[in-house]
Amino acid sequence: MNHTAKRVRYVLKRLLQSIPVVLAILVVNFFLLHLAEGDAADVLAGEAGSATPEYMAQLRQKFGLDKPLPVQLAIYLKNVLSFDLGFSFRHDMPVATLVLDRFIPTLLLMVSTIVIAVGFGIVLGLLAASGLNTWRDNVISIFALITYATPLFWIGLMMIVVFSLKLHWFPTSGMENVAMFYEGWDRVIDIAHHLVMPTITLSLFYLALYTRLMRASMLEQAGMDYVVTARAKGLTERRIVFGHILRNALLPVVTMAGVQVGALIGGSVIVESVFAWPGLGMLAYEALFSRDLNLLLGIFLLSALLVVAINLIVDVIYSFLDPRIEVS
Amino acid sequence: MTFWQLYRRNRSAVLGLLILLTVILMAACASLMFPEDPFRLAGKPMSVPGENGFLLGSDTLGRDVASGIAHGARTSLLIGLLATTVAVLIGAVLGGLAGYYGGWIDDILMRVTEMFQTIPSFLFAILIVAIMKPSIQSIVIAIAVVSWPAVARLVRGEFISLRNREFIQACHSVGMGDIRIMLAEILPNCLSPIIVAGSLMVATAILIESGLSFLGLGDPNIISWGFQIGAGRTVLRSAWWVCTFPGIAILLTVLAINLVGEGLNDALNPRLRERT
Repeated sequence: MNHTAKRVRYVLKRLLQSIPVVLAILVVNFFLLHLAEGDAADVLAGEAGSATPEYMAQLRQKFGLDKPLPVQLAIYLKNVLSFDLGFSFRHDMPVATLVLDRFIPTLLLMVSTIVIAVGFGIVLGLLAASGLNTWRDNVISIFALITYATPLFWIGLMMIVVFSLKLHWFPTSGMENVAMFYEGWDRVIDIAHHLVMPTITLSLFYLALYTRLMRASMLEQAGMDYVVTARAKGLTERRIVFGHILRNALLPVVTMAGVQVGALIGGSVIVESVFAWPGLGMLAYEALFSRDLNLLLGIFLLSALLVVAINLIVDVIYSFLDPRIEVS
Repeated sequence: MTFWQLYRRNRSAVLGLLILLTVILMAACASLMFPEDPFRLAGKPMSVPGENGFLLGSDTLGRDVASGIAHGARTSLLIGLLATTVAVLIGAVLGGLAGYYGGWIDDILMRVTEMFQTIPSFLFAILIVAIMKPSIQSIVIAIAVVSWPAVARLVRGEFISLRNREFIQACHSVGMGDIRIMLAEILPNCLSPIIVAGSLMVATAILIESGLSFLGLGDPNIISWGFQIGAGRTVLRSAWWVCTFPGIAILLTVLAINLVGEGLNDALNPRLRERT
């Protein structure tokens, strides 16, 4: 019972610790909005074609843009806390609605990527470490080295050339074949079919990362005293690897999976714009082209908050996986 | 053993160095090999590689892909080096101060570093460039802003491990100032990890730059590999070469820099290599 209470306290403490980070991100976001040339009034006036200075002043007053900076910051914080992220004039919709609409496709892409990258990364790292300095290790290491150095968008385009245009195995873009009006399982299969290439593209870089990490982690654990003890007890190599080393070697990989979520969001901007996957990244790409900074900042804010949340979850999972972590 | 003898033991690092030297040579000779502006219309659009005098083909507007790659090498190397230099300077100053003084300075600086590491870095870089308008300057700033935290952590760790050593205490007892101890005594002792991290960071910076210019956020007056690929993606079906060759250039350059970085690591920390 005492142990559970400790754990709850640990989770609460981590939750409290992330509040200043969230606040700091909000403040950075606010100042970025202000660094941008022109405010909402300029944008609106530009959309309208022309505007008198009086009308501009009236608009600024309406949006609170004539108030001193700290007051504007307070208004901004209040708005964000009530989930009002401003208005996208290009899409004629609130930013929050737009961003939430596009969130599910991105989540789908990210989850499948993490599963593939972490899963295959662990297997490849294990294979490389158990056959240290053999051809298997060399092939896996060279593969990791090359994918680590390849730009994601280029892999995506090359995959389109080979697998879509030449072999016709997978569709070039989009998330589903809207014209076919699939329903139920047919629709799921259709979406999965569209998901294959974006997922492989996005996961390649992280696959390389996890493979290298897993290999290094396995080698480090293999030199520990408990392995010597296990060997002295007469355990088989198979049991030493799978029952002892593997479990400990997984820990840094789990941490890394949390840390890399931020990078994954950046990667999804590129991959989604290559494959026209209708998620947050594609939305960011469109916002970039129409210079819709309000929308771009909304996406940025949501992704930053997502990273904070996922790091929190990973930390909590980690404290369950590794009881040595001080929870008190 | 001399540095070169240590470095030479890692054969893939030697290969990386050869590729990197070729890229540097290509960047240096770009104006000699292709004296014309790479944006210029050089001949028949969409020429297949080897035809109409185009070694690597031409794009939709008749620009020479090979010329773009040679001139783009300059852009990539320049931005990679500049951004890394700025990032290492910021990171070394903040990390050094945090590690040397500890206490509340360390607390504040590390909170700031953690916040920067939490923010999705590529998206942050996109925002900075979009807000400041695309130019070499804004790209360098954006890459530096998202890359310095890693250096700060590294330098902080090194400073913490060195600040209580006997030779530093000796410096204190002879009345040496803090700044002089940091710059003249501690910093030289942690140069090798900084050099290794910096060299790997050049590779990351080149990848970020190519991503930014692929998305249309490159400096509009300067050709870059990412821009070439971004411009060629609309004709992927009919002219695969426009995207393919600049991508191979990025891949080889980044791979070469990574290999050199690993080679430097092995040569500068020989004990690390013997342990594994």
